[in-house]
Amino acid sequence: MRIKILIRLKSQILEPQGKVIEQSLNNLGFNEFNNIRQGKLIELDLPDNLSKEEKDQKIDSACKKLLVNDIIEEYEVLG
Amino acid sequence: MSFKSAVITFPGSNCDRDALCYLQDLTKGVVYNIWHEEASLPQVDLVILPGGFSFGDYLRSGAMASKSKIINDVIKHANDDRYLLGICNGFQILTEIGLLEGALIQNKNLKFLGKNCFIKKKFKNNFNLSIKEDQVLQIPVAHNEGNFYCDNETLKSLKNNEQIAFEYCKGEFSNSEENINGSIEAIAGITNKKKNILGMMPHPERAYSDFHPSQDGKLIIESLIT
Repeated sequence: MRIKILIRLKSQILEPQGKVIEQSLNNLGFNEFNNIRQGKLIELDLPDNLSKEEKDQKIDSACKKLLVNDIIEEYEVLG
Repeated sequence: MSFKSAVITFPGSNCDRDALCYLQDLTKGVVYNIWHEEASLPQVDLVILPGGFSFGDYLRSGAMASKSKIINDVIKHANDDRYLLGICNGFQILTEIGLLEGALIQNKNLKFLGKNCFIKKKFKNNFNLSIKEDQVLQIPVAHNEGNFYCDNETLKSLKNNEQIAFEYCKGEFSNSEENINGSIEAIAGITNKKKNILGMMPHPERAYSDFHPSQDGKLIIESLIT
C-alpha cells in the first residue's frame, strides 16, 4: 500500500518560505491567497498484508525516530 | 599528557579540514579525523562535529548525520563527561541527536548568512572560561538554518541551568545586528546541563590564524586546554 505522510512546521513556528510564496502570489494578482505555509510530503510503500495496527505502529515509530522533529514539526498520515 | 581530539567527517561536511587545522595548531596534540561510518572513536578529550551540509541537509539539517554509525560512540564519549563541540551543522546534528535541546530553523530573513558577527558569553561553562564577562568576540557565521528555537519551558530551563553559552550582540561594525538570524533571545550557542557539550552556530575555526580577520576563536579551545 502507498502511504503518504504530511509533515509541517507547528503553527507557532515561523515558516518564511510560505511568506515569500505568498508575497510572489500577491504580486501576480492572487490577492486573496493568505497565510501560506509550505510543508513536505513523504510517500512510501508498505506491504499490503500488514494489519492496521502494525502499519500505524511502524509509521509512528519512523516519524518519531527520523522523519519528524517533534520540537518544531507535526505530521499527519493522509488517508 | 597531551590533549587528544577528533573531528568527525560526514558526507557533505566542509569545515572538517579547518577544524582539524584549528585543533592541530592550538592543542599541539594528536588529532584524529574519523569517517562517520567508523564504529568506534579513539579515547580523546574532545570531539568536534564540524560545519557543512552533512548528507546535503536532506530531510532536515543534521537529521541524517544524527543517525550515523559513529554517533553511538559520540554519545558514549559525551556521557563520559568528555568534551563535545558542534559547530554550525555540528550544532544542528547535536540537537537532532537530542544531546542538546531545541532546534535550528531557517533564518528569519530567509537569507544564507555568511559574514562576521559578534557574540558574547551569557553564562560560564567549560568552553568559555578564558573569555571575560562582556568581552565581545568577532567570529564568522555561515548558515541558512541557524535560527534557534525552543518552547518556553525549555527556554526557562536553559536559563535556570545557565546553559546559554553565547548570544549574538552588536559589535564594532556600525551595521552589526543585535540578533542576526531571529534566534530566541539571540541565542548563538548552548550547552548541556553538565556543560561538557557545546553547540554554536559561529565558526571559531575560521577565527584563530594570523590570516583570519579575528583570532577570537582561539579562546574556545584555550578554555579547554589551559
